[in-house]
Amino acid sequence: MRLQFILSEIGIGLRRNLSMTVSVILVTFVSLTFVGSAALLQMQIGKMKDDWYDKVEVSVFLCPSNSSAKTCAGGEVTAEQKADIQAALDAPEVKPYVQKIYFESKEQAFKAFQRQFKGQFWASAATVDDMNSSFRIKLTDPEKYAVVAEVVQGRQGVEAVEDQRRLFDRLFLVLDRATLLAGGLAAVMLVAAVLLITTTIRLSALSRRRETGIMRLVGASTMFIQLPFMLEGAIAATIGSLLAVGGLWLGVEYLVTDWLGTSVGWIPYVTTADVMTVAPFLVAAAIVLAAISSLVTLSRYTKV
Amino acid sequence: MIRFENVTKVYARGARPALDRVSLDVERGEFVFLVGSSGSGKSTFLRLVLREERASAGRVFVAGKELGSLSSWKVPQLRRQIGAVFQDFRLLPNKTVFENVAFALQVIGKPRHHIYTTVPDVLEMVGLAGKEKRRPHELSGGEQQRVAIARAFVNRPPILLCDEPTGNLDPTTSLGIMRLLDRINRTGTTVVMATHDDEIVDQMRKRVVELSTGSMVRDQSRGVYGSDR
Repeated sequence: MRLQFILSEIGIGLRRNLSMTVSVILVTFVSLTFVGSAALLQMQIGKMKDDWYDKVEVSVFLCPSNSSAKTCAGGEVTAEQKADIQAALDAPEVKPYVQKIYFESKEQAFKAFQRQFKGQFWASAATVDDMNSSFRIKLTDPEKYAVVAEVVQGRQGVEAVEDQRRLFDRLFLVLDRATLLAGGLAAVMLVAAVLLITTTIRLSALSRRRETGIMRLVGASTMFIQLPFMLEGAIAATIGSLLAVGGLWLGVEYLVTDWLGTSVGWIPYVTTADVMTVAPFLVAAAIVLAAISSLVTLSRYTKV
Repeated sequence: MIRFENVTKVYARGARPALDRVSLDVERGEFVFLVGSSGSGKSTFLRLVLREERASAGRVFVAGKELGSLSSWKVPQLRRQIGAVFQDFRLLPNKTVFENVAFALQVIGKPRHHIYTTVPDVLEMVGLAGKEKRRPHELSGGEQQRVAIARAFVNRPPILLCDEPTGNLDPTTSLGIMRLLDRINRTGTTVVMATHDDEIVDQMRKRVVELSTGSMVRDQSRGVYGSDR
């Protein structure tokens, strides 16, 4: 009896305020879509970092014979300079940051170059002497690039130090900004959602004042009186959050996996599985929002 | 059943008290008329019993409980022991007679079979058998008040409070309502009725408590409406 009664009360409430209910659903839908997008963007960044940071290294390019760099004034790097640089990288203050160092000779670089650009007309014009020999350094912690760069930068015989991670920084910056944008919009929409849920519950409570008045009079418990209103808000918000999950799922499936995934294939993309990881949090967020708004409203409008 | 000990109720700070040091004892099974002009404190008295208000001073006991120290989550339990009837009936217009009465049981979580056996009984008792499917606007004022009484009494509360239940009804209809309240009183229910209706009070010859600007000025068993008669 209880459950059935509460359910029918909820049904009446939702239908009576249909337009308000729909607007609550839509606002939670949009706001949580933004929240979810922000989360997915961060997951995307995480995936790229995981995938790429394992591969990237710091390259210390040594002077070739025809370099215009100041530190290469003496022409091609000498064995002495090379030993010097090697010693600097082996020094105890740098050692803990370095996982592995290997030397790539001009010949090796040339071979790799030829392999990578096989069939290009300008590749055949390159000679071994156009190549740099280099130290390739794998860092224990890629964030500590500066420590390693400092000891070799500007030394005689070093043409340039390059952190391959730098190449990605710009991309990550763009993605981070996008996350902030989505997060900001989400925050604004969430405020709107809370206000709207509050108003909806208030309207609902006011339109049923006669009922709640009688309920109080005949001794219905506070919980029993307030539950239908709370559930009304929670149900509307939950539907909104499910729509948001559905929207994100479709977006990832068709935009990312089917479109981006086939046209730009070398990037590890977020998948619908990631959407499902985010989903419970979105639904929980919707329920918490609704609960907070109803507690605030109901304590004022259906006092015993 | 109901005991007031030096109860004072002040609504706004500095205002004249709505009730001023009222002491009163209503025994189980009594029928008490609460009379007095508008603003004399009758409604405040009933609201204090229902614990819709708290006394500013003094103590109120209802069904063995001191209401001042009753925590708010126990208030619903208290109200289940009190039926209340009002001048304006307070029925739900979109529910049938049956549903209106059943509502009182539904919202305190009574099982369905209990509702389906109790509600017809009480409707029969108040004389509305056969009108279960009507809506309030299809009924006369007297019948609507009978629905309200059925709703107040369906849970068999030991106390029934009536706030001018005949205020909107003509004398003949009022008499029918009074017969009904008398019958309910005979089942052992304590009835407290606030009223302006002198004819009824004079006819019934029950205990009369008169309030005047918040003070109790008369408490008379088998009394009449006007103190000068």
